[in-house]
Order: sequence, then structure tokens, then C-alpha cells
Amino acid sequence: MSETLLQVRDLKMHFPIKEAAGLGRTKKVVQAVDGVSFDLKQSGSLGLVGESGCGKSTTGRMITRLLTPTAGQILFKGTDIAQLKERELRPFRRQLQIVFQDPYSSLNPRQTVSNIISTPLRVHNLVKKGKELARVQELLERVGLNPEHHNRYPNEFSGGQRQRIGIARALAVEPEVIIADEPVSALDVSIQAQVMNLLEDLRRDLGIAFVFIAHDLGVVRHFCDEVAVMYLGKIVEQGSRDQIYNAPQHPYTQALLSAAPDLGTIRGVPPKERIRLVGDVPSPIDPPSGCRFRTRCWKAEDICATQEPLLEIKPQSSPGHTAACHFAEPKVDLTAATA
Amino acid sequence: MSNPAPQDRAPEDRKDSMAESAATPPAAAAAAKRGPSVATRERRDGLVNPSGETPYLVVEDLSVKFPTADGLVSAVNGLSYSVPLGRTLAIVGESGSGKSVSSMAVMGLHDRKRTRISGSIRLGGDELIGLSENDLMKIRGDAVSMVFQDPQSSLHPLYTIGNQLTEAYRVHHKVSKDVAKKRALEMLELVGIPNPPRRFAQYPHEFSGGMRQRAMIAMSLINDPKLVIADEPTTALDVTVQAQILDLLNNLQKEFGSAIVLITHDLGVVAEMADDVLVMYAGRCVEYGTAADVLANPRMPYTWGLLESIPTVSAASERLRPIKGLPPSLLNLPDGCSFAARCPYVERVKGELCTTQLPELLPVDGAGAHTSRCHLHDKASIYEAEVAPRLG
Repeated sequence: MSETLLQVRDLKMHFPIKEAAGLGRTKKVVQAVDGVSFDLKQSGSLGLVGESGCGKSTTGRMITRLLTPTAGQILFKGTDIAQLKERELRPFRRQLQIVFQDPYSSLNPRQTVSNIISTPLRVHNLVKKGKELARVQELLERVGLNPEHHNRYPNEFSGGQRQRIGIARALAVEPEVIIADEPVSALDVSIQAQVMNLLEDLRRDLGIAFVFIAHDLGVVRHFCDEVAVMYLGKIVEQGSRDQIYNAPQHPYTQALLSAAPDLGTIRGVPPKERIRLVGDVPSPIDPPSGCRFRTRCWKAEDICATQEPLLEIKPQSSPGHTAACHFAEPKVDLTAATA
Repeated sequence: MSNPAPQDRAPEDRKDSMAESAATPPAAAAAAKRGPSVATRERRDGLVNPSGETPYLVVEDLSVKFPTADGLVSAVNGLSYSVPLGRTLAIVGESGSGKSVSSMAVMGLHDRKRTRISGSIRLGGDELIGLSENDLMKIRGDAVSMVFQDPQSSLHPLYTIGNQLTEAYRVHHKVSKDVAKKRALEMLELVGIPNPPRRFAQYPHEFSGGMRQRAMIAMSLINDPKLVIADEPTTALDVTVQAQILDLLNNLQKEFGSAIVLITHDLGVVAEMADDVLVMYAGRCVEYGTAADVLANPRMPYTWGLLESIPTVSAASERLRPIKGLPPSLLNLPDGCSFAARCPYVERVKGELCTTQLPELLPVDGAGAHTSRCHLHDKASIYEAEVAPRLG
């Protein structure tokens, strides 16, 4: 068993919103993330999946402390970094890096690639003066770019190449954890596979652990050992890749899998049953009582509105597989079977 | 702006459309033998369709070029396809492959001054290319309509949904506002928007992404179009909402019997929706056939590459096999096959055919409606022996 690197405990992010109501101001909050817990092992990969607004990106930003959580703990090798001040945080910033979704807006257009990648090196005093360029070129080579291109500007690169630059910047400080926030969703399929393979190599060769945030269930299935499914700020189901994809317990996970457009429907045997959710995700300002999924759930009964289901191991499930549902039961045959 | 390269290629483009005519079903081929006049009739009706049905939309040898400061951009080169009523054609390709540009040409949405369009686009037998802007206006939104990718930016933010829907209806029908409103409410109901009277008076920002796309679909269907072009209709939506919208499009098609051209980059969506598939690469059609043919028995290395680079939900894949490199610049397309520089099978073709001569779009098994553009001789055996096992 490898060592646990990161433990996230009951993490919450409530964004206050100001709304003028009459004379006074009422205080409302957007419960973007409301009590998320998970562990990340050394060189492990955890996938956070869910639809837009479920809090997966906010969770990623809290772990890298781009946001300060409202409550909860982020234990990195035993130290809680959730409320650390900027100065104390600095050594941890080196360990926890992030790769953003949009390779166009996450690179400064006025800086050369060399400058973009060497800034973190300088901030953390990692290389001697004069050795910077060599290190930058080494990193460019590592992510599959031409080291000769260090003097170019981001606009001279394609989307996939820019994403590689973003990855090189994250790698520069030799992190132990990389939060990849939808790293391939802005890329074309053929380029997407190139970047996925690069991330896999980094994980294998450098032993970097990944928190992989994505909405594409196929990509997550490919990359992650562990998967956590989020809905409206909470984890509704968590388990190993096989547990989640082969025997999902929570109705939301089942609906997600069933809704994913699947190439297998033509190449193999299409699933017999299709689950279609109705309506949209409710507002996180005023989430439904009890189970947050109940407004769209076909299994919902009275208890779902009154009592919030806990994320727990169900009697019928295998070890380590948790689901937050009063009526959890495994369902198979949601995706196409191979012919 | 003179760029000799695309003009050199013009005769080859011609050959493509001839190659397609070779793909006509036996009945049409027999008819063609009867006499030249009949043959042209058959050609004009465009029996070049994988289903063998009489198509409603026929696009033939379509080329779209944009003169720019850097040179002539050949966005679409000699594209031919056809769609019968009640059928869905999916056009698949990566960004810059020309899939959106070709469909905008069908809608007549390109700036006339800045675009060179050649070829033929026929809708129910009537030629669209060369029509005046006024005549096009009558067709646009009436016989043909479009669903755009981003409903946020394709709806006017300062007009209510109801206002926009009734306008779309009244442009093509001389009716009173009340009649138009009735029709608009009907459409909102039809696309599954709850409480239409309230929604009618709301602005686009008051709608969620999925609801906005429904409103967009309601607007595009309000005049009972025979052809709907859906340009990445679900790309901006979440998976569960995407499933709702795709179901909606499917059901509406069953009800109205319209032809759908679905533009997408997602092969999963193609598998769920399409009857026919056309794969585009660098402005050209590289493979065309029924969805079952193209997705289950593909005969072109680019299509293989696409299939191999996608991780699917239904199978735990091992290492992905991406297509190496980048698509070519449309300013300066390479001689020969545009995919040659990225193709892992180039060495198996004798000589330098791949880099010197553009392969024609030919039937994969000598006859039939499944065509592909590739010099490889033993495509079927390579696919069966090497590619298919990797796909699982």
C-alpha cells in the first residue's frame, strides 16, 4: 500500500452573495462545495466527475489554495494547509500544482514560453542564475515540445502545444500532486489523446499523483484508479474505477453513465435501458432539503426530503465503495457491451 | 490574390464527384445505361446516397475558399453529400476540417464579398448557389433552419424569447401577432419547456443552458423546416442535458420527418444519432457511408485514428493511440493525400503515391455506397487484423 499524500476532510466553500432586499441586506451563500472528503495516495489518480456547477473545479482550487475554504481540512502529508497564511503556504505551493482547462487564457500572451516556465523556478529559488534556460529546455523536451522554441510566445503554438506548456510550468517545481482541471476538454480528439498519454507518462515516470477533474466519463475511466462523483457540492458516490463503472449504486451515477454518448452502441451491443433525467440542476443558493438529488431522482420518497443520506458503504457493495443514497442498489448494463 | 495550388487541384476535385457517381446503387446504374438524358436526371436527383432514398438536400462538388491577407484559405474542397427527408447525416471532423463552413454555405451565411463558393447545393431540386440575398432570406428559417452551438450568443439578449420566436414565424407567415404567439407557445410546449406562457415573456438570461437550447430548437422548428442543420447542438451542454436534447431532436425528427445535418466532433453522439456519417479532414470528405459502415467497418486511416484516440465509457482502454502531428494548414494544402504526413500506413503504399497524388473517393469494396479516400489496397484486411483488435 502506498502512503496517503493528501487527505481532504469535510471541505466547504460557501461564497457569500450580496442581495439588496428592502433596507437591509440579506446574506445568502452559494454552497459551491459542501462537505467533501477524500484521500489521494502517492502517485494515485482520483477523478472528480460531475456536471457544471457541481463544485469539482472549486474543490480543485481549494486544494491548491487558490481559494481559501470556508471550513474543513486539507492535510498534505499530515499538515493542514486549509487556513495557512501566504508565507507559510509557500513551500506547499511547490508541492501542489494545477493545470487549467483553457490553454488560451491560462498563459500570459505577453511573455515568452521561457519566461512562463522559469517564473516558478525563480520564485522558489530552484535553479542558479544562468542555469534557467537549460532547465526550461529540459522541461519542454519532457512535455514533447521542441526545446528550441523557448523564445516563442504562446500565440505561436496550437491548443495542444499550449496545454503542454501549461503542464511544463506545473512540472517546473517538481510537484508531488497535480490538479488537472479539465486538461483535455478544450482540445480536439486526436490531440486530446496525445495530452492524455503525456499525463500518463508523467504519472508513471515521475510518480506524480493526480486529482483529475473532468466531465467526460470516458476520459476519467481511462485515466483514474479512483472516481468520486459529485452533485451540487457533495460527493454522491465514490469507489474504484471498476466499482463506479461496472456496478454504480447511486441513481445519479447511473444516470450519468446512461446519458454519456457511447461509441459502443454501434460497435457493440447497445444497453437495453436508458435513464433520462428530467430538468436541470437546482440552484446551489437554495439546495433541496435532504438528498440534493431528490428533485431529479426517480427513486425519491418522503425520507429523501427529510433525511440527508450519508456517504457510506452499503451492505451489498464491495469494500471501499461508498454511496450517499437511501435506496442505493447496483445497476449493470448501463453502457454498451462489447460484441 | 493568386495562389496557384488550389487551382491545380480543381480537375481532381472534378474526379471526386465522378467517383461518387460510380457509387450509385445498381438501380441507378441501370437507369444510367438507358440514355444520357436519364442519366443526368438521376444525377441531378442525386441518387448518390448511402440509403438509396431520394435525397432532399444534395451538395455536389462544393468548394468554399476565403481570400485572406496570407493567401487563399481552401476551407472546403469538392465536397459532395446528400440527405433524404427523415434521415440524419453526421458530419464529423476536428476543428478546421471545414464541417461548419460547408454547412454555413448551405444556409448561405457566408459574406459574399469575402468568399468564393463553387459547386452546387440543391434543396428539393432547387439550386441555392447564386440565389439573391432576398431569395435566400425566404428559404432561410423556413425550408432550412439552423441550431447553433452556443444558445447564449445566438439568442438576442435584449428581446424576450417570445418576441424572438414570433418574429421568426411572422417573417415567413403573414399572420397576426396573436396567431404567431399561439404558434410560439405550441412550440415551447413541444420542445419540453415547462410553463410556456411564463417562459414566453422571459429573456434568454433567465433560461438555463439546456432550456435555452430547447428555445433555440423551438425557434428553428417553428416554420416546419424540411432541413435542420445542427452545428454542435450539445457541445456546450452537460451530459444529462445533452441526452435530453439529443432525444428531443430524434423525437422531433420522427414527428416532422425532416432531414437533419448534424455537425459534431463527438463520435459518441454520432453513434447515437446518425444514419449516415461523413468524415471530413482538411476540407475534404475522406470517408462517407452509413453509420454502421463507417463506425464499425471504417476504411480510412484517419477514421481509424479517431476511433483509436477516444477513451469510451463502455470499455476500459489501455494506452490511447493518438494521431501524431497536427492537421495541415488550409493555406497551403500538401500535394497528394492531406492526411499523408500523419498517416502511419504511408509506407505500405507503393512509391510515393500518398504524397504526390490525391486519392479519389472510391467505393471501399469496389461497389456500394460506402466510400473512402485512401490509396491503401488492403484496407479491409489491415483494419480487421490490426486496428479492430486494438479497439476491443
